[in-house]
Amino acid sequence: MAWLNNSILEDMGYFSDIYQGIKSLLTGMSITGKYFLNFRKGSITQQYPENRETLKMFERFRGEVIMPHDENNEHRCTGCQACEIACPNGTIEIIWDRQLDEESGKKKKMIDKHIYRLGMCTMCGLCIEACPTDAIKWGQNFENSVYDRKYLDRILNKPGSKLMKGVEDKE
Amino acid sequence: MLLSITKNIHEWLFSLMPENIASIVEMTIIAVIYLTGFAVAGLFLVLMERRIAAWFQLRRGPNRVGFHGILQTIADALKLVSKELTGTIKADKFLYNLAPYFVIITALLALAVFPFTKDFQAFDINIGILFLIAISSIGVIGILLAGWSSNNKFSLIGAMRSGVQTISYELSVSLSLLTIVLMTGTLQLSEIVEVQKNGWLIVQGHVPAVIAFMIYMIAGTAETNRTPFDLVEAESELGAGFHTEYSGMKFAYFFLAEFINMFIIASIATTVFFGAWLSPFGITESIPLLGIFWFLAKTFVIVFLMMWFRWSFPRLRIDQILTLEWKYLLPINLVNLVVMAIVVWLGLTIQF
Ligand code: SF4
Ligand code: SF4
Repeated sequence: MAWLNNSILEDMGYFSDIYQGIKSLLTGMSITGKYFLNFRKGSITQQYPENRETLKMFERFRGEVIMPHDENNEHRCTGCQACEIACPNGTIEIIWDRQLDEESGKKKKMIDKHIYRLGMCTMCGLCIEACPTDAIKWGQNFENSVYDRKYLDRILNKPGSKLMKGVEDKE
Repeated sequence: MLLSITKNIHEWLFSLMPENIASIVEMTIIAVIYLTGFAVAGLFLVLMERRIAAWFQLRRGPNRVGFHGILQTIADALKLVSKELTGTIKADKFLYNLAPYFVIITALLALAVFPFTKDFQAFDINIGILFLIAISSIGVIGILLAGWSSNNKFSLIGAMRSGVQTISYELSVSLSLLTIVLMTGTLQLSEIVEVQKNGWLIVQGHVPAVIAFMIYMIAGTAETNRTPFDLVEAESELGAGFHTEYSGMKFAYFFLAEFINMFIIASIATTVFFGAWLSPFGITESIPLLGIFWFLAKTFVIVFLMMWFRWSFPRLRIDQILTLEWKYLLPINLVNLVVMAIVVWLGLTIQF
């Protein structure tokens, strides 16, 4: 009799399969149907570039690597090259030399140029993680189209900028 | 009004020239009208699909070209017309060039038999439904040819899947329509509409008709190769499937035919289940011209349903597709056919 039970159970499975199938399809359709009715309120895309003035990218967005400077034109980059080493693509190149430190009067490693080639960057974020002094972070700019690739090479430290005081002492 | 105009033109033409020339001219005029309707319907359906897809996905959709993007698909069509027609060296040139026409001409042929309104039907053949079923299976030859002659393995896989799918689902489409034919007792589309003056067939046939309609919708969606049955051109697996190697206008033919086929499947459903051009409860029976409006309104509701399917359901695997057809739809369909026969035999249909 066991085989009979089995076959009956299987038959029941056949019909419950149909029932389950139709039910789950209707559930799916009701969800998309709700979206359809609410598309005006809930639209998750935005009308760009009309909203350019008010558009604010969300914080997690990785647009490009930037180096913030404060009002005295000072940044936090010590020229340690940790980011250069961390980058898997060779995107970052640090040009540094030993300059005279005004305070201590000693010669010391200082950054000359922090070269960042946006065109080669995969936005992996390893450089930002590697930086011991949080000198670089993510910028939210995404309008990066230019007419020549060379415009994508950027020097992140502004001309004439200096290292912020106290950054090195903290370590 | 429209009908009297056509009658006048008809008489005027026949008074102007000898009979056989006049009838050729008349046929040409009708063909041009249908071709225009075909192109407009295709372009409109593409636009509708894109807007509705956007709304289902909480996007905005095309809204730049023209007022709210109305001209978007016309711009796309112009772009496609101006594109170069590329092809592969190893393609079988003759079949490769022939394939798009197969697809588009079968789509056009099917369009001819629909009763858009009383008397507005190009070809009232007495085996209307059989004709539609036959025509809709010819379209797949175009797809098979395209895949075969492209000499591209992705195209070939897509085309073969299409063959498998169409051959299987053809059965369900035919059987579900047959269920309804049991009630009407005729294959002629104008007669079928006539029968529905006592209530649309989906109401007349109640339970078995609703089941037949559901099966028809599933199988019809599969016939048009649309999601969730779009294995034929599964982008994530096969590139573009059977039309990978096509460009420009030839690609546009495939694309348009796909949308027209959707319209055709919806039109068949409208004609057979929802009373074609008959207005609900006969509210506008005195104005036959409004029949076109009712026909198109019903058709677009069903088209919308198919679009709803497309943007809700994930794609099926090939074995799941075959399981669905042979293990579920076909047996249900056969049982349903018997149920319908009993209903008709015992006179259990609902008549108004
Ligand atoms: S985000 Fe990645 S790829 Fe870009 S500069 Fe930093 S480490 Fe290099
Ligand atoms: S940005 Fe950070 S990691 Fe890179 S050189 Fe400057 S301090 Fe070092």
